[in-house]
Amino acid sequence: MRRTNWLAALLIAPLLLLILGSFLVPVGLTLFRAVQDREVAQALPETSAILAAWDGQGLPPEAAFAAVARELGAALEARRIGDVAQRMNFARTGMRSTLLRTARAAERLRAPYAASLVALDARWGQAETWLLLRSAGGPVTSLYLLRAMDFTQTPDGGVVQAPTDERLYRTLFLRTFGISLLVTAICVLLAYPVAYTIARLRAPWSSIALTLVLIPFWSSVLVRTTAWFVLLQREGPVNGALLGMGLLEAPAQVIGTRIAVVLALVHVLLPFAILPMHSVMTRLDATYLRAAASLGANGMQRFLRVWLPLSLPGVLAGGAMVFLLAVGMYTAPALVGGDRDQMVAWFIANFLNRDVNWGMAAALSAYLLAMTGAIVALARILTGGMVGARG
Amino acid sequence: MSEILVSFRDVTKSYDGRVPVVAALNLDVHRGEFLTLLGPSGSGKTTTLMMLAGFEDPSSGSIALEGTRIDTVPPHRRGIGVVFQNYALFPHMTVAQNLAFPLSIRRLPKAEIAARIARALEMVRLPAFGDRKPSQLSGGQQQRVALARALIFEPKLVLLDEPLGALDKQLREELQAEIRHIHARLGVTMVYVTHDQAEALTLSDRIAIFHEGRIQQIDTPEAVYERPANPFVAGFIGESNRLTVQVVDTTRLRLEDGSLLATLPHALPPGTAALVSIRPERVVIGAQGPGNAVVEEVVYLGDHCRLRLAHAGRADFIAKLPRQDAMAVPTPGTRITIGIPADAVTVFPAG
Repeated sequence: MRRTNWLAALLIAPLLLLILGSFLVPVGLTLFRAVQDREVAQALPETSAILAAWDGQGLPPEAAFAAVARELGAALEARRIGDVAQRMNFARTGMRSTLLRTARAAERLRAPYAASLVALDARWGQAETWLLLRSAGGPVTSLYLLRAMDFTQTPDGGVVQAPTDERLYRTLFLRTFGISLLVTAICVLLAYPVAYTIARLRAPWSSIALTLVLIPFWSSVLVRTTAWFVLLQREGPVNGALLGMGLLEAPAQVIGTRIAVVLALVHVLLPFAILPMHSVMTRLDATYLRAAASLGANGMQRFLRVWLPLSLPGVLAGGAMVFLLAVGMYTAPALVGGDRDQMVAWFIANFLNRDVNWGMAAALSAYLLAMTGAIVALARILTGGMVGARG
Repeated sequence: MSEILVSFRDVTKSYDGRVPVVAALNLDVHRGEFLTLLGPSGSGKTTTLMMLAGFEDPSSGSIALEGTRIDTVPPHRRGIGVVFQNYALFPHMTVAQNLAFPLSIRRLPKAEIAARIARALEMVRLPAFGDRKPSQLSGGQQQRVALARALIFEPKLVLLDEPLGALDKQLREELQAEIRHIHARLGVTMVYVTHDQAEALTLSDRIAIFHEGRIQQIDTPEAVYERPANPFVAGFIGESNRLTVQVVDTTRLRLEDGSLLATLPHALPPGTAALVSIRPERVVIGAQGPGNAVVEEVVYLGDHCRLRLAHAGRADFIAKLPRQDAMAVPTPGTRITIGIPADAVTVFPAG
């Protein structure tokens, strides 16, 4: 018995290692970036050490001014100033120019540094600047996680709402989940009759219909979404047809709107709703419907009291699938949506590709993962009583 | 007993428009009777039942319930209870909810529904099982619930489609007894489909034997067994020896080996070929010694012995020897004398 278990463990070991190595570890490392804070400590080690010992009252000692001037200059030489400037500018807009100016002027600065730095840039005379530098000393920070929920930290450590013009992410999450729920609802409503019809078709027709559902998978999401772009653009066939029929007086601007995003997402994700529903429905015994009819149930009663509850596991599986895919969707909103229709994935991509701000990308990912997990868990709990039936 | 509840008139059913599954069926079901549709698979018995339930439409002809045509009425308005082979209990409902289903559809008051469920569970001897899910019941228990569900809305007619087909032998016999008791107690008309002739003989008031879409014979179990209407029925119900013979006169036939066989008077013209059917248990085993048969094989079956004999030019003549007397069982190779009473011979025209 024990020997068999050991052998079984050995057999699944490669799979476990693969999952661990290619999935859990990278995801964990990425999520850790949401709290990691090492740019300042690496580039300005001495400054960080002096500031860590500073009581935070008034301005720091002269040694801190001297260290920051020297280390900024060295960071410029070593081409590491960009990381520091990026990190500090994210904490307080404007810090980038202060740090770069100081780094470039570092060689010309003379003691007493407390005076010459303030002469160069007035920010060095403000306690806030030093407090920000101290709080960036690492090794961990809550800055990204707070900012991703539209909060910010005051220099003395308190948590407050971010300035109105920087508030963005709570709306973004609401928008992402709102669009995803809408798309899920539309997909479920559209997929159910399709799955039902396919499940009730006779032999050759059912597989033909199923193939038609699968055909979109033969092309990439990019191609399918681009097709919507072609169809919906101002000079596209949809506008052309509507104008031609006299239903529109001027071409409608659909591209760049929420409608286009929902349309493209529904189109891309619909098969993921149909397939689980279809698989549950084909396994449903038609005798249940005959039994219900023999017991006096009319068509509507048979559907509502027998077919619908029995096919509900498929509806939930399909809905969950569509929702999970929609929440993380990047391509479709990016292609056909406007600035105000972008979802979390688009911002994550932007932080990675354009801003090179791994902290924010990781923080948004962490929230997305946690919220999606919570919603799916909640859905399972809420439907548990209904679907938990054995058999 | 002879009041007609259901009548099939010239009902034909064909799926492809050419080969009939059920051909020109005329069948009356009497009020209160237990009628079994018996036949091999593909004989049309299940199709007949499904047309009565409303799940299949006749290609032509008409079906009437209490004198009113029902073949155009949808199944849910026919008020006929159906028990399916795979039970068809709704898996997402408890036993009590399954039983309540036809009653809540009929908008019965809650108290009445509860009372009827309690009575129905009592009837099928599952009083404590109301809160179970069907998956928590054994096959026999599930079929008892299915039976209770088909009866609970007090239909005039209950159809049972091989309801015991999925159960093992002992459980099947137990449930046969239960169905018989319920039928006797409620007096409800039951139409039962099976391919198991023993089950048909046990349960039925009348048996309709189906073959190739037609009823071969419809009569009491005793009549179809003792007086089969044609060679198919003789062969399908029970065991029988079938021999080809020449008609000598109205009471005598000549066997293949030239010996004569006496029968009750029949109407076949002398000189023509005929077919006879003889039940193995009607063969009288006589004394050992010089005789007209040789014992080829003996199979001991407890309550009787089955003998395979060489007789009348055949080596597969079967006789059953009941174990009631002290007579010794003949050993293979022994010559014995067998007798065939004239009333044990059923004569059919050949072909």
